[in-house]
Amino acid sequence: MAIALETKGLVKRFGGLQATDNVSFKLEQGARHALIGPNGAGKTTFINLLTGVLKPTSGQIFLEGQEITGLRSELRVQRGLARTFQINQLFPAMTPLETIGLAVSERLGGGRDWWRVTGRKHEIVDEIVEVAQRFRLMDVLDERTSNLAYGKQRLLEIAVAFACRPRVLLLDEPAAGVPEAERHELLATVAALPRDVSVLLIEHDMDLVFSFADRISVLVNGALFTEGTVEEVSTDPRVRAVYLGESVDE
Amino acid sequence: MSSNIADYVRTTLVRRGRWGIGEILFWLIAASTLYFLPERHLILNEIAIIGLFALSLDLILGYAGIVSLGHAAFFGLGAYAAGILAKYGFADPLLGLVIAAIAAAILGFATSFLVLRGSDLTKLMVTLGVALVLGEVANQASWLTGGADGLQGISMGPILGLFEFDIFGTTAYAYSLAVTFLLFILARRIVVSPFGLSLRSIRDNPLRARAVGIPVNRRLVAVYTLAAAYAGVAGALLAQTTQFVSLDVLAFHRSADVMLVLVIGGVGYLYGGLIGAIVFKVLQDVISAWTPQYWQFWIGLILVIIVLAGRERLTERVRTLWKGMAGRTTKSNEPLPATSAREI
Repeated sequence: MAIALETKGLVKRFGGLQATDNVSFKLEQGARHALIGPNGAGKTTFINLLTGVLKPTSGQIFLEGQEITGLRSELRVQRGLARTFQINQLFPAMTPLETIGLAVSERLGGGRDWWRVTGRKHEIVDEIVEVAQRFRLMDVLDERTSNLAYGKQRLLEIAVAFACRPRVLLLDEPAAGVPEAERHELLATVAALPRDVSVLLIEHDMDLVFSFADRISVLVNGALFTEGTVEEVSTDPRVRAVYLGESVDE
Repeated sequence: MSSNIADYVRTTLVRRGRWGIGEILFWLIAASTLYFLPERHLILNEIAIIGLFALSLDLILGYAGIVSLGHAAFFGLGAYAAGILAKYGFADPLLGLVIAAIAAAILGFATSFLVLRGSDLTKLMVTLGVALVLGEVANQASWLTGGADGLQGISMGPILGLFEFDIFGTTAYAYSLAVTFLLFILARRIVVSPFGLSLRSIRDNPLRARAVGIPVNRRLVAVYTLAAAYAGVAGALLAQTTQFVSLDVLAFHRSADVMLVLVIGGVGYLYGGLIGAIVFKVLQDVISAWTPQYWQFWIGLILVIIVLAGRERLTERVRTLWKGMAGRTTKSNEPLPATSAREI
């Protein structure tokens, strides 16, 4: 099967701290892959390396076979690698409509257009409608983002990333902090993401991991601890030890 | 059904680009002062120029979140460029505007890379530093700029070869108002374009803007260069309509004044600079007529009161009124962020 995203011997050191320790990881095309690990395992650092926020100390990153190790983060997005954030990173003073419109028009190269009024192009409008419907944002399209319910903000967080039409989507704890009542809607949209998008899910919530993922990688102390199917990982006594030990300590 | 939704999306997006009745009235009234206030054209000319200058600051502060205490660098460069050009025989005003805009844009482009780095405080200091350096250069290069005596001997040709400048300032005011209006239309067009939308997103959250694939630094360089060109044109207008340039155009108080003007009028909706310029100049005019020696004391006091006690509410009230006049459907009673800029 084709590989969507791959790292080879990825290392990140902060002074004496080895935050990412020789990680060689493969995300298959169309995968539903979860990355789990106790707090401080280096999940966020790993995401930041993938998206280009941080530069690796050594090692390489490939997106659909092409090396992107030295590429600036916005160019990685344009190549099809998008992410969501664990803590909402939205545009508080803009509406969901403008936010999605921005992502769509940037992808279609409209960001350099300083003359036409936003929304004059049909393909942009059609895509906004499609994304808004997929993420159930139709009823709040013209509200100020800062006034939206938290669950809706969380949906918008994913919708913006999806509007970039990624080949690979990194979801960083998509359900974090969402109240129980709004949770179902969020999980349903995540489950309904099209299969041609390969998804790497970073998650703490085991229910979500088990219901969504078909493969799981476990990261411990910056290194890949083990990888396998949901069945294999969930019954692995070493994983239980790492996880339970961690939760007891917390 | 889905075409209804598409129509809704389109009209909601395009709505921002529409002209409200309030806006049309604003410009009609501005134009009517050409006939109704003939004895005030000198000060109205100054207001138009300061308004354009503040508009240029709004482009970077209100739409891209770049703070600057040295915006006079571009204003002053534009003024000197236009003045020197006219002094050495190139008397066509429009040519002067273009050259001034280009000169200021080049300086803006070159210094934008310094301004992109660091925190707001760094930006304030860097912009301030650039303006100070330029002020001293103008002072030292007295063979070119006239130094502390000012640049004298400017004589402007007629605009478009037709309209001579007169001593009442009527041509000057009409000229400055027309240029300000045209540049306003351009700015207004830009801020509702996808490019303008991307600027607002950068102001709101640069981290996310990058994650959407926006080349943040390139966009900021572009808008900073554009704003510099605008400021250069404002400076050129001052040089051409007063036919004099002094070191004052690069002085710190110019940068500070334009910030005050924008703060009075409100940041991030383009009219703030224009309205602020009117309020600022009229206040200055009224108070200095009433108490010539102490006008700065009073204007300082009033500014402190406006900014501390009432600015948020004041501009919000104007804004609500404005929206009412313009018949907009946007919600008006939203909580406003206290520090960041807002959009209409």
